Amino acid sequence: MDLLSLAVRSIFIENILLSTFLGMCSFLAISKRIETAIGLGVAVTLVQFITVPVNWALKHFFLDPGALAWTGVPALAALDLSFLNFIVFIATIAALVQLVEMLLDRYFPPLYQALGIFLPLITVNCAILGGSLFMVERQYTFPETLVYGFASGAGWALAIIAMGAIRKKLRYSNIPPGLRGLGITMIVTGLMAMTFMLFSGINL
Amino acid sequence: MAAKLQKVFTDPLSENNPITIQILGICSSLAVTTQLKTALVMAASLTIVTAGSNVVISLLRNTIPAKIRMIVEMVVVSVLVILADQFLRAYMFDVSRQLSVFVGLIITNCIVMGRLEAYALQNPPLPSLIDGLANGLGYSAVLVIVAVVRELLGSGKLLGYAVLPASYPANGLMLLAPGAFIVLGLLIWAQRSVTKHFETA
Repeated sequence: MDLLSLAVRSIFIENILLSTFLGMCSFLAISKRIETAIGLGVAVTLVQFITVPVNWALKHFFLDPGALAWTGVPALAALDLSFLNFIVFIATIAALVQLVEMLLDRYFPPLYQALGIFLPLITVNCAILGGSLFMVERQYTFPETLVYGFASGAGWALAIIAMGAIRKKLRYSNIPPGLRGLGITMIVTGLMAMTFMLFSGINL
Repeated sequence: MAAKLQKVFTDPLSENNPITIQILGICSSLAVTTQLKTALVMAASLTIVTAGSNVVISLLRNTIPAKIRMIVEMVVVSVLVILADQFLRAYMFDVSRQLSVFVGLIITNCIVMGRLEAYALQNPPLPSLIDGLANGLGYSAVLVIVAVVRELLGSGKLLGYAVLPASYPANGLMLLAPGAFIVLGLLIWAQRSVTKHFETA
């Protein structure tokens, strides 16, 4: 049941966008239309679900202090490579995004067509790198990592799709000129974050 | 030449501010601004990384093959961020804990990549250095304003010292996520009303 609780917490209570502010740049840029918002939301969930567990494995078997003990070489077993975390994670993310892109192109052309331009953008989406860094900071086990990867991505998707729908309505409202676009989007996001805070305290 | 450099320096401070006008690097500007202290440390780290990576990429600009420039940029930025992170861990451990993952996230901060792509790849090292510094300072200015508002209204303190009288009822919302969004939204409104930078939609 802990895993279910973790999933609910990552999607609603500690939503990666609304409570830790990750992935704001693409959130603001892509949420103008709901169709593209859905596309990017799905792509982020997919990539997050793949990269966080892969980075967990890399950290667990290569980067942690003493992680290389499985090689049996004493000199390697004493190494602590955790200072390389950032560079390894971002390289993994870039490589995996590329790989996902090629696989989709080969086996699921319709999905590739739909996600097309969004996939490369994901490499520099801070929600993806942030997911991996939170995984390190909170010391998740492997099953927790799997759940967290999926749920944080899904939470991000939920937020951007909701925002896409709100901005569709905003287009017909009369907003003061200086507040148009970025300003009003930030304030609406603030109100959305406030409503998501109502979920806090839910524990399954 | 001097006039051009001056424009490179002053533009990002207000007219073309990275956060409020270019919409880059929003994530960290919201997350680290609950206190002025963390905001200052974050602003300094980002300014140094942006300026440093701008200079390095500018020096390499004629040797990097166009196809793999993203990877080269990522590596340069990552190395600088690792240095900044290790420095903070060694000398300012408490602040480093509070900044949590956000120092690492400078790697994917759009300001850094944005300036590399838009400026350092086409310009010599000196203007690139100034461009990096100026964009870092423009980011810092927004961070400091948001942090001052949030810390002052949220806990009645500045840099940890009590400023408002004890009778001031602390507004806890300012320290939570929604407060950050709303303060930044209002700041963007004010700034755009002054510079007359309006979006159509």
